[in-house]
Amino acid sequence: MDVSSETRLRPGARPRGGGETARAANGPAARAIDWLRRNLFSSIGNTALTLAVLAVLALALPPLYHWAIGDATISGNNRAACIGDGACWTFIKVRLPTFFYGHYPDAERWRVHLALILLVLFGLPVMREGMQRRGLFTVLLLTLFPLLAGILLVGGVAGLREVDTTLWGGLMLNVVISFLAIEASLLLGILLALGRRSVLPAVRTFSIGYIELWRGMPLLIIVITSATLVPLFLPEGASVDRLVRFIVAFSLFEAAYMAEAIRGGLQGVPTGQIEAAQSIGLRWWQVRAFVELPQALRFAFPSIINTSMDLFKDTTLVSFIGLFDLLSAVIAASKDTAWLGYYKEGYVFAMVVFFIACFAMSLQARRLERRLNRHK
Amino acid sequence: MVRRPSRGAVITQWVILALLAAAAVLLFLMAHENFARRHVSFNFSFLAWPANFDIPFHLISWSESDSYGRVIIVALLNTLLVSALAIVTGSVWGLLIGMMRLSRNWLVRNLALAYIEVVRNTPQLVQIVFVYAATVQLPPLRQSIAFAGGALLNNRGLYLPAFVIGDGMWWLPWLAVALLAAIPFLWRRRRGGRPIGAYSLLLVPAAMGLVASAVERMTFPELKGFNITGGVVVPPELVALWIGLSLYAAAFIGEIVRGSIEAVPKGQNEAAQSLGLSYAPRLFLVTLPQALRIMVPPLTSQYLNIIKTSSLGALIAFPELFQMVLGTVMQHSDRYVETLFIVGMVFLAINLVTSAFMNWYNRRAALVER
Repeated sequence: MDVSSETRLRPGARPRGGGETARAANGPAARAIDWLRRNLFSSIGNTALTLAVLAVLALALPPLYHWAIGDATISGNNRAACIGDGACWTFIKVRLPTFFYGHYPDAERWRVHLALILLVLFGLPVMREGMQRRGLFTVLLLTLFPLLAGILLVGGVAGLREVDTTLWGGLMLNVVISFLAIEASLLLGILLALGRRSVLPAVRTFSIGYIELWRGMPLLIIVITSATLVPLFLPEGASVDRLVRFIVAFSLFEAAYMAEAIRGGLQGVPTGQIEAAQSIGLRWWQVRAFVELPQALRFAFPSIINTSMDLFKDTTLVSFIGLFDLLSAVIAASKDTAWLGYYKEGYVFAMVVFFIACFAMSLQARRLERRLNRHK
Repeated sequence: MVRRPSRGAVITQWVILALLAAAAVLLFLMAHENFARRHVSFNFSFLAWPANFDIPFHLISWSESDSYGRVIIVALLNTLLVSALAIVTGSVWGLLIGMMRLSRNWLVRNLALAYIEVVRNTPQLVQIVFVYAATVQLPPLRQSIAFAGGALLNNRGLYLPAFVIGDGMWWLPWLAVALLAAIPFLWRRRRGGRPIGAYSLLLVPAAMGLVASAVERMTFPELKGFNITGGVVVPPELVALWIGLSLYAAAFIGEIVRGSIEAVPKGQNEAAQSLGLSYAPRLFLVTLPQALRIMVPPLTSQYLNIIKTSSLGALIAFPELFQMVLGTVMQHSDRYVETLFIVGMVFLAINLVTSAFMNWYNRRAALVER
């Protein structure tokens, strides 16, 4: 969606000026009353609407509060601890390791933590504005970090015990898949977006066909293909890990969406920039690498973040092919006979975890968008 | 910016084409060899085989001896049913959310914003599974929630009153649907400069009369012993998928509605105001008709999204296209390539038909500039 409209004048906010400001200047209390009058009680109809919404909230919020906090339980570590009518957060507390790491062995979990710390360390310089050599850090995040994290998580070298990917799970799995798929789909998406604008008819046709075909398919068909069909196209005896198969297929799928996000950015680069670059004798790839793409990616960054957010949410579809992500862990937990009846807590927990991650991403996208538009 | 490609570019193009062709040939050879080794062949003869399994929810008649081909039709109808239901309710709910976002009332505006943020920032699959888990936890049969009008809701689904169509009358409701579908085509008719399209609304009572004459009697769901007799049952899977798809789509449609209404030039509204029109006519005669034109393209992709994501119903075992064809049929018949091919083609066809229809509508609704 168009995020820039956020910055537009809100329908309820009247232009400030003249009498409004004069009245609003009489201290905070008067300002508050003025605000209330303007936004909630401007007319009889508006007042009625406000009262109706307040009534609905008064009916809905107290039970919600009692369920989630007031009567909820979090102490203890078995079902007997949950005696009140409220939520049984004890259930979540007990299951937390499964929700976060899946079946990753207890003794090896420090490796997951270390990989997470590495992600933050490598990611921070990339996210910080005005950082020197940001391009270098981006390249490091996309090359060195996955290598290090891969060694850490998979193991089998440098005295680390090998942890089979079938043991991976929980939120960790969602994050691993997202990172790799974002990286791969971004690179492929750049090629496709350039291909779509290419002057070579074959390249252009292929790119358009690829993008439109994958965007017309439900993701689920890709997920199932990766699980059932891909082995048929592999040489005899070769077998590829189910997780890797999924990540490859998922990246191919998401690349079509990334390409569209990047195309938006490419369209934002003034033609004069490219013509200027060509006129000083830069070759095709030099124009792309040094002039067009750096600007286009900056323009496309908000859309790329939004696409990445959708991609992150889509990783829950691995539950269809038996990979044990956060959603699968929650579904499995809600069917545990020892905790029967506490299904709400699990889903609410999953929703909250995804909400925090995705909301942070969309706020970041909006902030970047505002920054981009400020210079216009 | 049409440039003649340079010679180097043309060579690059041929190299890329050759690489793609080589990859395709390699994949084909690999698949061919693997097919031969596993004694798999690519043909659709299996569609005529009897299926030998039950489908819990079907719109057309189904028996276990029916063929795999019929499974696909049954499943496709289920997919289309839930998509159509979700498109209708999602649009209505989304329109409401969009209007709330534009309200001058701070509370209403931000309530809608909170709804949109929660829905958009959590995975749809989690929402659907959550709603399904909640419908399964509804009260059991004996403590069904009764609604006005005779509907019953319990953990086996939603029981609605049903019309029983008399023998040989089945075509009357379809005729009624055709009459209703004709209204948009007649709406803009003019004779001698006078708009007469509004008379097409007379078709509505005519259609209702047709349906009424086809109905023999009505049955209401009634609790009898351990079962409910009469009425029709909407299974909890369908209810959950319907609600899940609608709630999600509504958040996006709400933003589309808000964006398109904001995109209508403010002067239009002001001009209407200066003519003395009050709020409702301004909204329905001036703003919304213009906003509708802006809305159509993004709405198209949203509707296509609903059809695509109805596939998520497979996780809660609603017998739609994926659950049936890529789940049950694929496992029973061992036909991986063919079933995937069929489902892929079906979605391609749905996409093409929907966008063709929306493009047609878009052309009709687009502003005719001088």
